[in-house]
Amino acid sequence: MAVNTRTNPGLLFHGSDWNFETISRVYDAIEEIALDELKLDIYPNQLEIISSEQMLDAYSSVGMPLMYQHWSFGKRFVFEENLYRKGRRGLAYELVINSNPCITYLMEENTMAMQALVTAHAAFGHNHFFKNNYLFRQWTDASAILSYLEFAKKYIASCEERYGTAAVEAILDSAHALMDQGVFRYRRPPRLSSEKERERVRERLEYEEQTYSDLWRTLPTSPEANPSEAEAEVSERKRLLKLPEENLLYFLEKNSLILQPWQRELLRIVRVVAQYFYPQRQTKVMNEGCATFVHYTIMNRLYDQGRIDEGAMLEILQSHTNVVFQPDFDDPRFPGINPYALGFALMQDIQRISTEPTAEDRDWFPEIAGSGDWREILLDAWENHRDESFILQYLSPALIRKFRLFVLSDEAKEPYCQVASIHNERGYEAVRAALSRSYDIAANQPDIQVVDVDLLGNRHLHLQHNVKNGILLDEENREATMRHVRHLWGYDVVLSGVDAENGGRLYESSTRKS
Amino acid sequence: MPNFIDRRLNPKDKSLGNRRRFLKRAREELKRTIKEQVRTGKIGDVDAEHRVPMPERDTSEPTFQPSRTSGQRQYVLPGNKEFMPGDRLPKPKAEGGGGGSGAGTGESEDDFRFVLSREEVLDLFFEDLELPDMVKLSLKEAVSFKPRRSGFATSGSPNNINVGRTMRNSYGRRLALHRPKRKEIEALTEEIARLEAEPDQTAARQRLEMLRSELEKLERKRRRIPYVDPVDIRFNRFEPQPLPNANAVMFCLMDVSSSMGEREKDLAKRFFVLLHLFLKRRYERIDIVFIRHTHEAGEVDEETFFYSTQSGGTVVSTALEEMQSIILDRYPSREWNIYAAQASDGDNIAGDSERCAALLDEELMQLCQYYAYVEIIDERETEIFGATDNGTSLWRAYRSVGETWPNFQMTRIAKPAEIYPVFRKLFARQAASRVRD
Repeated sequence: MAVNTRTNPGLLFHGSDWNFETISRVYDAIEEIALDELKLDIYPNQLEIISSEQMLDAYSSVGMPLMYQHWSFGKRFVFEENLYRKGRRGLAYELVINSNPCITYLMEENTMAMQALVTAHAAFGHNHFFKNNYLFRQWTDASAILSYLEFAKKYIASCEERYGTAAVEAILDSAHALMDQGVFRYRRPPRLSSEKERERVRERLEYEEQTYSDLWRTLPTSPEANPSEAEAEVSERKRLLKLPEENLLYFLEKNSLILQPWQRELLRIVRVVAQYFYPQRQTKVMNEGCATFVHYTIMNRLYDQGRIDEGAMLEILQSHTNVVFQPDFDDPRFPGINPYALGFALMQDIQRISTEPTAEDRDWFPEIAGSGDWREILLDAWENHRDESFILQYLSPALIRKFRLFVLSDEAKEPYCQVASIHNERGYEAVRAALSRSYDIAANQPDIQVVDVDLLGNRHLHLQHNVKNGILLDEENREATMRHVRHLWGYDVVLSGVDAENGGRLYESSTRKS
Repeated sequence: MPNFIDRRLNPKDKSLGNRRRFLKRAREELKRTIKEQVRTGKIGDVDAEHRVPMPERDTSEPTFQPSRTSGQRQYVLPGNKEFMPGDRLPKPKAEGGGGGSGAGTGESEDDFRFVLSREEVLDLFFEDLELPDMVKLSLKEAVSFKPRRSGFATSGSPNNINVGRTMRNSYGRRLALHRPKRKEIEALTEEIARLEAEPDQTAARQRLEMLRSELEKLERKRRRIPYVDPVDIRFNRFEPQPLPNANAVMFCLMDVSSSMGEREKDLAKRFFVLLHLFLKRRYERIDIVFIRHTHEAGEVDEETFFYSTQSGGTVVSTALEEMQSIILDRYPSREWNIYAAQASDGDNIAGDSERCAALLDEELMQLCQYYAYVEIIDERETEIFGATDNGTSLWRAYRSVGETWPNFQMTRIAKPAEIYPVFRKLFARQAASRVRD
């Protein structure tokens, strides 16, 4: 295909320099393919050009254009800056924010080819995912986040002015320590108005009346459980406080005995930020996979149409290859499974299965194999899955073989690890299940809940850690974090570790000085 | 059509506030680090950027973390080459896990060091010296520069345009590109006008047309080749040059007999550093001469000065004599501003103190710009001596010098905050001269 690129009128750009005009031209070409061929559905885009310093700034404020001030962001900045200056780590080519309009940061150093790649990747791939994935739609409010952060920033600054930086910092430190326990995992964050709240209480009463059966009262009581008043009291107060509660920050915000209203508001801000990022952490593979698949498809399409030249395409392919590079486990560069590589491979595999399936694929994926309509399948997957379910649904034996995945089981007591499954007929299902499980954030983070508190008694806050697979907490961190909980609660805090399988008590720790 | 925003011109250092908060948070630990670096480093190095390790205390961010040493886990890893189910792999020694997630980050954070700017270092250094703010400011200020003409540049601000050079370039370019002169055009127009005025148009028509097209060509060319083109423009170039400052030499005199312990030397060092910082502001070039003495004095390098001990008695005048001979030898007082700082615990052999006072009074004080003497005493002794004029023989002898020479300063110190008063006069004078400038 010896096209003389210099005279090719269809070419969108030539050379590596960019300006707003070319970016805009390329954007339009990409948009055409993205919307008409891939049928993506996106928020309006806002592309912002920033310098490398500004990118570093953005890194340290967790990637948001606005963020309140806190020393931990300064620490992160110093850290990132150091890595960057030493050349240990390059900066991202782009940063994209789940907001409406969707903000994409483009680095000024990028060449035109890179700007095109990044636009397709972020402004279309990520953007589509943010707008359509069920987790983002349910749990985050893209159109409100920026104004909320602006409010948060101003509010915290005004608190610092009124109550002093140290006082604000103390609350934020404690709140940050509980950020991982500050999200609603299983239910939507309560956003009900008081009107609806009342209605719900009424409904619940009605339901209780309807289902009331006098028969239950007549049941004989179990041996020693003479339902004493104390026990009834316990369950009553648990009910009043809606215990158990998985969201520690929410619980403390609503029920802490010592916090001032402004301090509760600070907890709320930290909680909202944590909740906003929670879907991102659950969809890393899918999100990056979607964006990578989209940019790969669009760039190839542009090239096929003769709208970008060989030089630019080579540059794009080179950086694409870098992004989806997966070193082996014994490679010194191995940082874990690369979400770009896995996500992209999964999406490409779906495309392959739907267009040229093998007999094996027909066995494993009867409903999509050979259907030919990979676009529909992908759009559906992007909308309705998170990493865990997506892998469980779509990881094919072919891909397991391609990555040569194997499962290593690690018993902390043993001096060795054991290979549990490999990429063979007997292992596929196990590998798939294990990989899927490793992306289940809720299962991999310690499950700590508020279970009881005696407000009329000693006011101790009882937390329970449901220990899964015998994985305990790092003690030093545990004690330090407990002190933060105590700081917010105002009275002593007791954490007990309970085996999730058999209910056995594994440990107990308290902030009370004995 | 997307919305484009060019953010590159937005204010930088968005995270400066966060950095400040972080440094404040880690202040105690950073202060300790800086103190340690001042103690072990060279005097001149205080006034520079410092590399410090990431502070550990007060900046940890605890969370509930799964412990690595308990429970069962499963890792999924790519790149199996030879393993079969049931194979056993020994675990790496240090780490509990089989290399799954984030093993690398832990290590790099340990030896992680970052840079504190000169300003930040000085802030930490000044912290317990209790310098007045104005003095801190003047110490932090960089050397002043004066712009000096040096050649031409192709860019600059409009008020620096060098008209002569610009026009010369413009003229050359016009010549080279054959820009039509105004005279040529005027001649043509005149001729056209003359021909048009002639009654017999038909004869001249052809010529007229030729002339007109030529005129048009010339005018087009004139428009295309501007009189002054941006490439012609030259600006006067200015280069910042440090203001000419004379040289200064700083003499550090210290008693190193065994009575001077670790604490005394540390205090003495801070005293020397402060004088050095001050001199660095004012002078372009500073030599430091270290003279240590017991019963005999010698010039030594900085390392030996602070770290090696020597046993012997104490004869202070030997150091003064050594200083005097070095001045005569290498630092003629006409060319050099001579500053001296002496630290001692006040011990001296009987009868020598008077000799020291005489030496200073008659010889050295005429050569020196400034002479500062600190006597490092025990914290318990402050109560005894207080503001009284009693004290060691050296102190009593020096007091008479202080009375006759205004540029002689002396004080007793037990902690860093007391160092500054020795220099008060020095800085006061500097502030005054600044006003005069």
